Amino acid sequence: MMESSRRNFLKIAGLSVLGIGSGAVVGSRARGASKAFSPNPEALTAKRWAMVVDLRAGCPDGCKECIEVCHRIHNVPKIDNPKEEVKWIWTDFYEHAFPGMESRYTEEFVEEALQGSPVILLCNHCDNPPCVRVCPTKATFRRKDGIVMMDYHRCIGCRFCMAGCPFGARSLNWTDPRRYLKPEEVTPDYPTRTRGVVEKCNFCAERLAVGKIPACVEICRKVAEKAGTEPVLHFGDVEDADSEVREMIRAHHTIRRKSHLGTMPQVYYIL
Amino acid sequence: MYDAGKVIVGLLVFLCLITFPVWYNVGSGKGDFKPDLQLGTQEKECVAPKLQIRASHMQLLDTWRDTVVREGPRLYRTWNGKTFEMSLTKTCLRCHSKKEKFCDECHSYAGVEPNCWNCHVIPKETQ
Repeated sequence: MMESSRRNFLKIAGLSVLGIGSGAVVGSRARGASKAFSPNPEALTAKRWAMVVDLRAGCPDGCKECIEVCHRIHNVPKIDNPKEEVKWIWTDFYEHAFPGMESRYTEEFVEEALQGSPVILLCNHCDNPPCVRVCPTKATFRRKDGIVMMDYHRCIGCRFCMAGCPFGARSLNWTDPRRYLKPEEVTPDYPTRTRGVVEKCNFCAERLAVGKIPACVEICRKVAEKAGTEPVLHFGDVEDADSEVREMIRAHHTIRRKSHLGTMPQVYYIL
Repeated sequence: MYDAGKVIVGLLVFLCLITFPVWYNVGSGKGDFKPDLQLGTQEKECVAPKLQIRASHMQLLDTWRDTVVREGPRLYRTWNGKTFEMSLTKTCLRCHSKKEKFCDECHSYAGVEPNCWNCHVIPKETQ
């Protein structure tokens, strides 16, 4: 008995390792085969979502309505103190939107070619997003379809992402945002945020999941149709060579905000 | 043992004090308190069997959360082949429409404080 104990020990140890190993393999295969979860069949999908902003079109209402709709459906609080403001989509002057591309005379261009209208700005859903790289909890991550998404459950409010984002697309909730949301105006199907959480535009991921285009693009079309103008915002799959956005990028010279920084923004502007 | 009397009396006093909340609740008739859950629905089946949902609804909700937010799928097929949207407010609270008489009743009893409602909006009671 004692003579063969080492031999037996090695045999048993070897078999045990095999057993544990194969158990893990079977377990992971069983999990992978789970069919409990499925996407909504109506969901809009793409290889790479992108937006084209045609500033030549000029928004008849100065981009007020799309901002209003976006912030309403996503329960974004309206805080007047600029140090605490929260925004998903907003406007700014040409020279602020495209710093380094202005000159003494671009003011005339903005007045004449763009009818003095402000530039609509939102998260650029970069291909190389610095916010994702710096997030210590992976609360911000890049989806396969290019959307830079936030998991508010994981955000610890460290604001590294706000320091990383060169576009100011991110806002921290310095106080409980519900203080600034009237209960009757809250959209019940979308959560609010809580104090100490960073938020930003999500390209309406929750609408894409049920087959709707982003709310800003939808309302922009409606506003343009009403006024008899062309819509400013266009949304689609930039990897699809036949898509509207790809066609626009092919036909026109487009610029992106601070593209020299190498974040590869996916919101394209036509001027 | 030196001062055995004092030590034993001290221990007894200590035991009485530390178990006081138990005696107090038994004495005041709260000892047999059980949460009185009101389902708020006519539905007979949940998204998982009753015992399973009772024991591990929190794990299920965490899985739903991570699947929806991080992986994309939004629909959940149950063990008996029904399909539900993975949504706390749209699916769970649609049936369990009386949150205070269902979720809170048991959570308060168990001393659990889930932070779901810091962000998720409690739907208006439908009944």
